[in-house]
Amino acid sequence: MRAETFESRVRQALHAGRRWHPAEIAFWCLAFAAFLLFPSQLLLLNEIAILALFALSLDLILGYAGIVSLGHAAFLGTGAYAAGLFAKHVGGDPLAGLAAGMAAAGLLGLVTSPLVLRGTDLTRLMITLGVALILYELANSLGWLTGGADGLQGVVMGPVLGLFDFDIFGRTAYLYSLCVLFTLFLVARRVVHSPFGLSLRAIRDNPLRASASGVPNARRLAAAYTIAATYAGAAGALLAQTTQFVSLDVLDFHRSADLMLVLIIGGAGYLYGGLIGAIAFKLLQDAIATFTPQYWMFWIGLFLVLFVLGGREIIHGGVKAVAGRLAGIGRGAAR
Amino acid sequence: MSAALRTFDLVKSFGGITATDHVDFTLAKGARHALIGPNGAGKTTFVNQLTGVLKPSSGRIELMGEEITTLPRAARVKRGLARTFQINQLFATMTPLEMIALVTAERLGRGSHPFRALDRDAELVDQTAEILNRFRLDDIMDRRIATLPYGKQRQIEIAAAFAARPSVLLLDEPAAGVPEAERRELMRTVAELPDDVSVLLIEHDMDLVFRFATRITVLVNGRVLAEGTPEEMARDPAVRAAYLGEDAHV
Repeated sequence: MRAETFESRVRQALHAGRRWHPAEIAFWCLAFAAFLLFPSQLLLLNEIAILALFALSLDLILGYAGIVSLGHAAFLGTGAYAAGLFAKHVGGDPLAGLAAGMAAAGLLGLVTSPLVLRGTDLTRLMITLGVALILYELANSLGWLTGGADGLQGVVMGPVLGLFDFDIFGRTAYLYSLCVLFTLFLVARRVVHSPFGLSLRAIRDNPLRASASGVPNARRLAAAYTIAATYAGAAGALLAQTTQFVSLDVLDFHRSADLMLVLIIGGAGYLYGGLIGAIAFKLLQDAIATFTPQYWMFWIGLFLVLFVLGGREIIHGGVKAVAGRLAGIGRGAAR
Repeated sequence: MSAALRTFDLVKSFGGITATDHVDFTLAKGARHALIGPNGAGKTTFVNQLTGVLKPSSGRIELMGEEITTLPRAARVKRGLARTFQINQLFATMTPLEMIALVTAERLGRGSHPFRALDRDAELVDQTAEILNRFRLDDIMDRRIATLPYGKQRQIEIAAAFAARPSVLLLDEPAAGVPEAERRELMRTVAELPDDVSVLLIEHDMDLVFRFATRITVLVNGRVLAEGTPEEMARDPAVRAAYLGEDAHV
């Protein structure tokens, strides 16, 4: 009898980790409501959703598996070019193109994963950076395929699900990107709360103990890296499809560096960090760019320094306080 | 004779230093065996070869009659060889519940499932609960491991190793650094390990060794100096000179 009640306590405690927090529900309601609330900002919102998906990808390896990367643009770019080329040469169906972008980036992730399995953070930074540089130059020199420095022209997209045409206001684009982000977020949420996700946290916390607990570290890290690459590829595909253009910029170093910033702003290891960071980063970029377009990097640099020196606790404390209040309201409503 | 774990002529050298010097060692099934020796005797080097952290320079290691000399660490765990660490190696951001669930999930072969929810797996829940109960971790299962007292953390070390359901369990100085008040609880945990698990205890604490072990191996300068029952070892003049006598003066 006693044992039975304890087992149900264990079950509940394990369930608690993946239970939906009211703040999460509020977050996604707001994200979809933004479509109606800010009809003139849908292009910006679309960019935010894509950056959020890209940052979610980095969070999967950095926040959960402890793999640092300064070359995540390699997967964004691969996804973008694959989706762009798919639209140009095979067909304009967005979901098929999305699948092609994800598959191409995932394959690249799988192939390059042995490079990041061993070594220190520093070697990982250098290797990921190197892979991204190589891809940039490849895309630059394979002009016949990628359009080189002129970018990939002639990407024409069909309607999403054969129903919704892309428009110049970004209506279809935002909803399409947001739906893809939400779907992939749900998958990621499921993955991090699975035995597989638990084993990634184990490797991040203590690789020695993880292997002594029967976790095959190398195989798990390779799988996580491949999944993250697939996610970044999806972000790249969305970028190519919603702008109907792919330029070398998708493989540029600043993409990877910005992404690190986004995740530092939002915080790694709880899935929402990339999303919140993407919102903060893009809004900040947008706000600064409107009053001083040339000096945007100056202000973001200053912000970064102040943020890391002390602002982080303040912002994260604020987010926690809001989440706590929402939880209180949620409990009140439940009663 | 049935051996749970055996080494044959095991050698490990680092440059000119031989840390493990032609060691033939047998851990009998169901044994309560202690490996003792002064600091620098090569105990940890020996254990690290058994568990696959270090590769032996030469020699063989067998677990339950099967050779495991070159198997990777995780594969040895799957075959029934688990260990604890002299210095806590825990998952600091996890709770005891999560850590035990992780080890149990790996043992049940669930570790590569990316979509299964932990709480929906009845076998996983039952066996995790069983371990938490057995090691008296039920009341603290929800707290972060890093915030728990040191004695409790040592207890989790043993629980996590035991959760792999090993046939051979290596305890590397389980009582090291544990304050007196929490020591009794820890000794009880070690004493309560079931008989079908063969235990090799690597320990400095003679009190714990003589209370727990039915057989003792003394390692000095990487070599087996003597082996026998605790009484024999306590009487052996070479052992007294090399280790016990020296320890008594400390």
